[in-house]
Amino acid sequence: MAQSEPRTLFEKIWEAHLVSAETEETPAVLYVDLHLVHEVTSPQAFAVLRERGLKVRRPERTVATMDHSTPTTPGRFVVEDAQCAAQLAELQANCSEHGIELHALGSEQQGIVHVIGPEMGLTQPGMTIVCGDSHTSTHGAFGAFAFGIGTSEVAHVLATQCLLQRRPRTLEVRVEGRLRPGVSAKDLILAVIARLGMAGGAGHVIEYSGPAIRALSMEERMTVCNMSIEAGARAGLIGPDDATFQYLAGRPRAPRAEAWEEALALWRTLTSDPGARYDRSLTIDAAALEPTVTFGTNPSMSAPVVGAVPDPQSLQEPASRAALERALEYMGLRPGQRLLGHPIEVVFIGSCTNSRLEDLRAAASLLRGRKVAPRVRVLVVPGSRQVKRAAEQEGLDQVFREAGAEWREPGCSMCIAMNGDQLRPGQAAVSTSNRNFEGRQGPGGRTFLASPLTAAAAAIKGAIADPRELLR
Amino acid sequence: MEPFKTLESRTVVVARPDIDTDQIIPARFLKGTTRTGLGKHLFAGWPDFPRDEGARVLVAGPNFGCGSSREHAAWALVDYGFRAVVSSSIADIFRANALKNGLLPVAVDEAMHRRLVARPGARVIIDLAQRTLEFEGARVTFAIDPFARRCLLDGTDELGFLLAQQNAIAAHEKERAC
Repeated sequence: MAQSEPRTLFEKIWEAHLVSAETEETPAVLYVDLHLVHEVTSPQAFAVLRERGLKVRRPERTVATMDHSTPTTPGRFVVEDAQCAAQLAELQANCSEHGIELHALGSEQQGIVHVIGPEMGLTQPGMTIVCGDSHTSTHGAFGAFAFGIGTSEVAHVLATQCLLQRRPRTLEVRVEGRLRPGVSAKDLILAVIARLGMAGGAGHVIEYSGPAIRALSMEERMTVCNMSIEAGARAGLIGPDDATFQYLAGRPRAPRAEAWEEALALWRTLTSDPGARYDRSLTIDAAALEPTVTFGTNPSMSAPVVGAVPDPQSLQEPASRAALERALEYMGLRPGQRLLGHPIEVVFIGSCTNSRLEDLRAAASLLRGRKVAPRVRVLVVPGSRQVKRAAEQEGLDQVFREAGAEWREPGCSMCIAMNGDQLRPGQAAVSTSNRNFEGRQGPGGRTFLASPLTAAAAAIKGAIADPRELLR
Repeated sequence: MEPFKTLESRTVVVARPDIDTDQIIPARFLKGTTRTGLGKHLFAGWPDFPRDEGARVLVAGPNFGCGSSREHAAWALVDYGFRAVVSSSIADIFRANALKNGLLPVAVDEAMHRRLVARPGARVIIDLAQRTLEFEGARVTFAIDPFARRCLLDGTDELGFLLAQQNAIAAHEKERAC
């Protein structure tokens, strides 16, 4: 493509990383700048290297952490589950054998893989970033092309620093206006997913644009990009701007001095050119959005907290009707029922979607001086050790404890329910995580996805609640 | 990997749309460090999953395999005995994972999909070389990436291809100073 032709941000990153372009017969060979690794999806990939006698091509472009299967019990870093312990030990051994930087359980930089990458300044504009985790799209908030891969592909990247890929199509999600008070980035992305549907983004990279996106902080942008996969998209990204550069300046792994100036000059070119064409476009009005909660068993089934549960009879298509019927039965909800006041037993504030300092501040702003409702269990799980430390310096841990919430160690916790933190069958939870699939937070558990503000409001009321009532 | 040529089998049908990888294999079964033995946990949370150990073809609702990137979903389906998943659409990461494990993702048009869903246990013939699925006398062609098809037909994998690109990769690293 000629340089003069206007290109999207995604196209610029794609073309800069082509080792060889795709043909009809073969996919493109795409170079990977940063490979993030965790304990659950990597052991079988390292095994492939052992089977074939291969080395890690660029260990210095590979960074590992422990997050999915680690316990979050306050003050303890003891893994009681023997299988989890063995999996963690294997990661440790693999990283040590191949010379890969590892942030192990209990260490200073440990945390959820998608929290520590940005926090350390590893995640930078224009990069290609992969990880054996579908929420790798989080890093797109910095104007990187970041996407989740399977374990076979983890082996490919370890061995060759490359992946075979067909070029995805582009989808612009333009968000006009401004979010109103009490309405957050989480509500925005839930609305986008509801509009696109679970497969609406399939085969596409989403670029989020428009004034409402520009007005978001970096942490809010991460929340938006994080859930791109819930609309089936390959990745989500946002063009870098001054907010991006300010976030990165001075981070431990960000470029310094002259290298910083050079990087900045390059990063400023990473925007979609005027007139660049997207394969598809969608426009959303931020001002029309309200605090939102999911009522079903996938993230596209959401409604404003002040709304009602939809009636399956209103759906024409038999398969969709049956799916909604099954979802409502699983969730213990009746068609037409109001969402406000629906009782809940657990609140989970955490996950790669909403466990950063601003998320914790938002939740604390409602919990300060208030109490968690009787018989409601509230888990607050910071995304990383650094987030935990920063929150404690601001006294947020005190706010949570005094309100009656648990202040836990960093990890994926109840988002993935393979580390000891999970719902009991039938329990209803408002969670700031990203998936409300059947059994996601424990067999039989019922998940209502929401923002940290809405989750905190639910903790106080013991039911689905409108955070705007408590903000007044 | 064993080459994939043709497959003749009866089907198992799970008609729900948007079957996510947490349904295919819940996270609590992701604590192991090998690719084997996951078949017994396939659809562990679904007491109503129509178990049929002899069937090789799973017919599923649209957007099958959405959600998590866990390749365990493909491993579990293969370990259980499936060699193909047929749907009207298949989620991106799951499709890539399936192809790398000799599990053929077949996306058919909605009319054929409706017919297959309505006839659990029916026999289908899938011919990868011809890219056709045959069912009750009707034959449809399906799309598949030519490279992935070649790998499946030959029983080779992508890693071999990538390893053969070492010179081009080194040249890219040199040119881009990375």
